[in-house]
Amino acid sequence: MIVMTKDTMEIVREQDVVPFRNRVREFGTRIGMSLVNQTKLITAASELVRNMLKYASGGRVILEVISHNAKTGIRLTFQDEGPGIADIAMAMRDGFSTGRSLGLGLPGAKRLVNEFDLKSNPGVGTTVTVIHWKHGR
Amino acid sequence: MGPFLLVTIQIDLYDRLALTLENDLINMVSQTGARGVLIDISAVSIVDSFMGRILGNIASMSRIMDAETVVVGMQPAVAITLVELGLTLQGVYTALNVEKGMELLNTKLGDNLELDDDEEEDQDDRND
Amino acid sequence: MNTTAQVLEKNKERILEKWMQNQLSDAALRDDLMTNDELQRQSREMLDGLLRAVSKGNYDNIYDTEFEQVTDTLRDISITRARQGFSPRETGAYVLSLKQAVIEVLVEQRKDDTSMLYQEIMQLNNLLDNLSILTFETFIKGREEVILRQTDEISEISTPVIRVWDGILALPIIGTLDSARTQVVMENLLQEIVNTGSNIAILDISGVPAVDSLVAQHLIKTVSATRLMGAECIISGIRAEIAQTIVHLGIDLSNIKTKASLASALHLAFSMTNLEVRRTERNKGLKLMR
Ligand SMILES: Nc1ncnc2c1ncn2[C@@H]1O[C@H](COP(=O)(O)OP(=O)(O)OP(=O)(O)O)[C@@H](O)[C@H]1O
Ligand SMILES: [Mg+2]
Repeated sequence: MIVMTKDTMEIVREQDVVPFRNRVREFGTRIGMSLVNQTKLITAASELVRNMLKYASGGRVILEVISHNAKTGIRLTFQDEGPGIADIAMAMRDGFSTGRSLGLGLPGAKRLVNEFDLKSNPGVGTTVTVIHWKHGR
Repeated sequence: MGPFLLVTIQIDLYDRLALTLENDLINMVSQTGARGVLIDISAVSIVDSFMGRILGNIASMSRIMDAETVVVGMQPAVAITLVELGLTLQGVYTALNVEKGMELLNTKLGDNLELDDDEEEDQDDRND
Repeated sequence: MNTTAQVLEKNKERILEKWMQNQLSDAALRDDLMTNDELQRQSREMLDGLLRAVSKGNYDNIYDTEFEQVTDTLRDISITRARQGFSPRETGAYVLSLKQAVIEVLVEQRKDDTSMLYQEIMQLNNLLDNLSILTFETFIKGREEVILRQTDEISEISTPVIRVWDGILALPIIGTLDSARTQVVMENLLQEIVNTGSNIAILDISGVPAVDSLVAQHLIKTVSATRLMGAECIISGIRAEIAQTIVHLGIDLSNIKTKASLASALHLAFSMTNLEVRRTERNKGLKLMR
């Protein structure tokens, strides 16, 4: 895996969400990702930063253009030092929410991207990594 | 038949702005006695679960006040993404553009005036 | 005594000559795809890089930085050959014939020291085998890319959206519906709905060999996306055996309008848009005149 471009954004307020989404769009446009794939990735990213703001009062996102096995894509890493998730399997279930919401964010984001990885340590924080390839596969 | 309200969302809203929209719109429905609300999202490129919930809320609240909501002009990429996300905007009517949305409201409200108790027929074309 | 790298460096021209001979004598090599000059240039570059890497004493790890130039060139050659339609044999022979040349030269040079020769051959064997594995890996990747591109082209061609009536679109699906294909179908259909301002889309699945729960899920997604846009979707072409599997698998299509034939779907579409199609009296007159 080769990293070609790298950028980090701090997410501390809800006003940071829209500029962050625009940054992801810039990355997508730069590698020639199609509109539908950009929309899927940005929507997933939007869900994940919202969770970061809502449950961990913010964090940071690392944006990277990567190349692997002759494929180009975008990797986003969402890191926070929030309360963490005790039961990951439960959190990944459609409809599970501790925030009296739809509980679609995590499972929906997973469906929208090519690769999804969630690591969490209760009391330490949560890291979600997603990869979406230029051609959506 | 009361007037219809038309809201065009021009930019990607951040949360507080979206909540303000929900609030303002419901107040407008109440003040004007509107029977229909058209929300034009043709300029919106991202609808996540937060935005989707706001649209659903507006529809539910309007219905309580006897007004129907139609979301119009959703971009194809947004529709495909929402389906994958798992959000199908239950209880919200949709139309291709403002004109068709207006037609839809007219038929819905016309139907309601003619056969007031035919709620079930009515529910059929809502997304579910 | 000279090190292996020194011996090879001293005999570089001989190795290159032998290597070129080996390559050119391979009856299968396609000189229609590449000129000899080009082959010579490419081979020299490759050999230079290899000797430079070996002079650092690295015979095991081709992923180390000193091999970067060699592996880059090799990958380049494999990918290009895969795209140009070289056979795997022709592509693989490139490195394998280099191995042969190197070993031949070493055998000449180390006549008096067989134990040294043995050791050197083992090392170089190992190194060049690794490089040839890399060649094959890259070659296959190159072919996969070609296949992927062709698949995209095929799904693009095989999902035409037809305007059957003002406001009514039809989309005949032929072949299996996998998730990549569903994406193409959805994108084409929704874009065409926007372009034509159509209210109804008929998805005809007569040409889909089998509907399992995955295919059904793809159909349901397409219908949901169409509805979000504000249009209605009818699925037609449901054959008896498809209806059976759908029920046996417990797939719920009750929310979706389904019809057995495209004709009956069109009929339904007409009635949904308050259209009526009738035979007129004039036809009788035409018949009489024949
Ligand atoms: N970064 C995080 N830190 C701590 N807990 C989290 C984090 N992200 C998600 N969670 C937990 O996982 C649950 C599921 O998250 P998910 O995004 O799927 O649903 P939600 O945020 O509750 O609802 P929705 O996203 O649909 O509005 C959350 O309710 C929360 O308990
Ligand atoms: Mg969430």
